[in-house]
This record gives sequence, C-alpha cells and structure tokens, in this order.
Amino acid sequence: MKFAVVVFPGSNCDHDAHYAAEQVLGQQAEYIWHKETSLKGADVVILPGGFAHGDYLRTGAIARFSPVMEEVRRFASAGGPVLGICNGFQVLLEAGLLPGAMLRNRSLKYQCEHVIVKVEQTDTPFTNACRPGQLLRIPIAHGEGNYYAEPDMVAQLERRRQIVFRYTSAEGTATDASNPNGSVANIAGLCNEQRNVVGLMPHPERACELALGSADGLIMFESAVRFVADGARRDYSGTAAAR
Amino acid sequence: MRARVFVTLKPSVFDPQGKTVTDALHTLGYAAVRDVRQGKYFELDIDARRADDARALAEEAAHKLLSNPVIESYRIEIVDEVVA
Repeated sequence: MKFAVVVFPGSNCDHDAHYAAEQVLGQQAEYIWHKETSLKGADVVILPGGFAHGDYLRTGAIARFSPVMEEVRRFASAGGPVLGICNGFQVLLEAGLLPGAMLRNRSLKYQCEHVIVKVEQTDTPFTNACRPGQLLRIPIAHGEGNYYAEPDMVAQLERRRQIVFRYTSAEGTATDASNPNGSVANIAGLCNEQRNVVGLMPHPERACELALGSADGLIMFESAVRFVADGARRDYSGTAAAR
Repeated sequence: MRARVFVTLKPSVFDPQGKTVTDALHTLGYAAVRDVRQGKYFELDIDARRADDARALAEEAAHKLLSNPVIESYRIEIVDEVVA
C-alpha cells in the first residue's frame, strides 16, 4: 500500500512521516508537492507538521488554498483515510474538513514536550489497532494548538464520538494540569463525521522507534495499514450513531 | 480605493495575547485598562471605481481568507482616495 505525504513550502515533518511509513513500516511512500493535482494512487494521505507558507496570516490559512487540497478534499469525500498531524491538523481545520479552529496556546509559549494522549475512539482508520482507552506517549511541538469550538459544537463532537484523542494524566484522567495548551475539553485530536479524516496536534511520526524515546505513535500507522489491507476499506461512517 | 479590514476574535473566544497585554499594562500602573483584545489590521489597495465594488471585494476577501469565521469577526471601512 502507498502513503502520500503532502509537502507544502514550510512543511518540516514530511521526512519523518515518510520515514515512518517507508523505513519503519516497510510500506510505499511518496512525497506530493502542494502544487500537484494528483495523489498518485495513494491509499492514505498524510498532511505533515511544519509551518506551511510560514504560517502567515493564520496557521494553515494559506495552505488550504494549495492546488493539492482540492484533490485531498475529493479523496476524503470518497472515504479515503486522511491524517493531519500538527500543522496538517491546522490545515484540515482551515479547509473545513474538520470542525473548529486553533488559538494561540494559553501559555503563549511554544510547547515542546512528550505528553500522554488517551485514545477515545478506535473506529477510525488511524486508531483501529488501539485498545479503547489506550494511553500513548507522543511528543507535541506547537505554538497554536489550543483547540477551540463553540460549546454547541463541542457537545456535538462528544455526541457523535468525534473526539479521538484527549490529553490526560499518566493515569488517563483528562485534568487541567495535563492539558498543555488550553484546548477545550482537553481535545488533542478529532475526526470528521464520516470518521475517515483524523487530525491531531501530537506527532505520532516522531514516536515510531524506541531510539526516539517512544514507539507509541507507530500504532497509528499500523492502524492505517490494517484499514487499507482490509480491502473493502472499512467504512466507519455508520458507527457513530450505532453506539 | 482603499479598504481597511479589522479582524478581531469573537467576544466569546479567549484571547491569550490580549490577556497578557492587559496584565502588562496593569503592571505598568494602567489600572484603568479593563481589557485588551488583540486583532489584525489590513489595508487593501483595490482597483475599483465605486466604493460599493471595493467593499464587496473586501467583504469577500475578509470572509474567505483574512478572517476565520469560526473564531473571528471583521469590520470594513472604505477610504475614498481618488487617484488623479
């Protein structure tokens, strides 16, 4: 199977994602320059971390208009699995492929540390190999990861089980102290209603080998491989209401 | 024509930068400052003959790109600078 890693001018985690897919997992991976208009037959699309277009104006605000995004939108609406990591998550928010927006971290600091995130939902292409409630130790590195949505939207996200990851303590409790950026409801990552588009601020691609301090992120890539290998492209879109 | 676009966070959205500026002003002794909201200011030089046309274009730009409607709102002023 093939991973496409989109490269915007200013992306800087594209190589990490490519490495995780190709070197660690042994899958095919291809860079897709943001001006391209084809995803070249990829099975999974990754929007990597970095500072696309310098993060000018707002994070992800200009990247959303890159030509490749039309193709990403088409791929996503056809049920294709899309993962936005950090800046890639911000791009998905600006593009409207995921709901909500990012604010400056409440600390006003660029937060760069390992955090604990809890897997709240396992019926997504990027968490299906996880145990419900599994805790992952993954690094974050961002200045604007303070997730915001109106209270009604947050309630809807809860109801539709779209909150995929939450920042928690080592015991798995979502406390204020374990929230590194002020995100509403400790949200670290979420999915769309169809569950095939997932975005998160932590960097699973930087936690795929023990030499990097943690290999907890690998399970997200393994989930994607499993999702695609299942052939019929498991459709999770009907599961939200079912539970 | 020149359009001035002011983009500000919606009142319901917490503004960590504005809060920090408020705290700094208080530290400097400006106790009368109750709150600060930080925003963005854009000047658009627009090739348009009528103010309505300039405004329509600025509206579109503000909605589509300059602001994020999820967290921000905007206000537009048109300055009629007739080029001789």
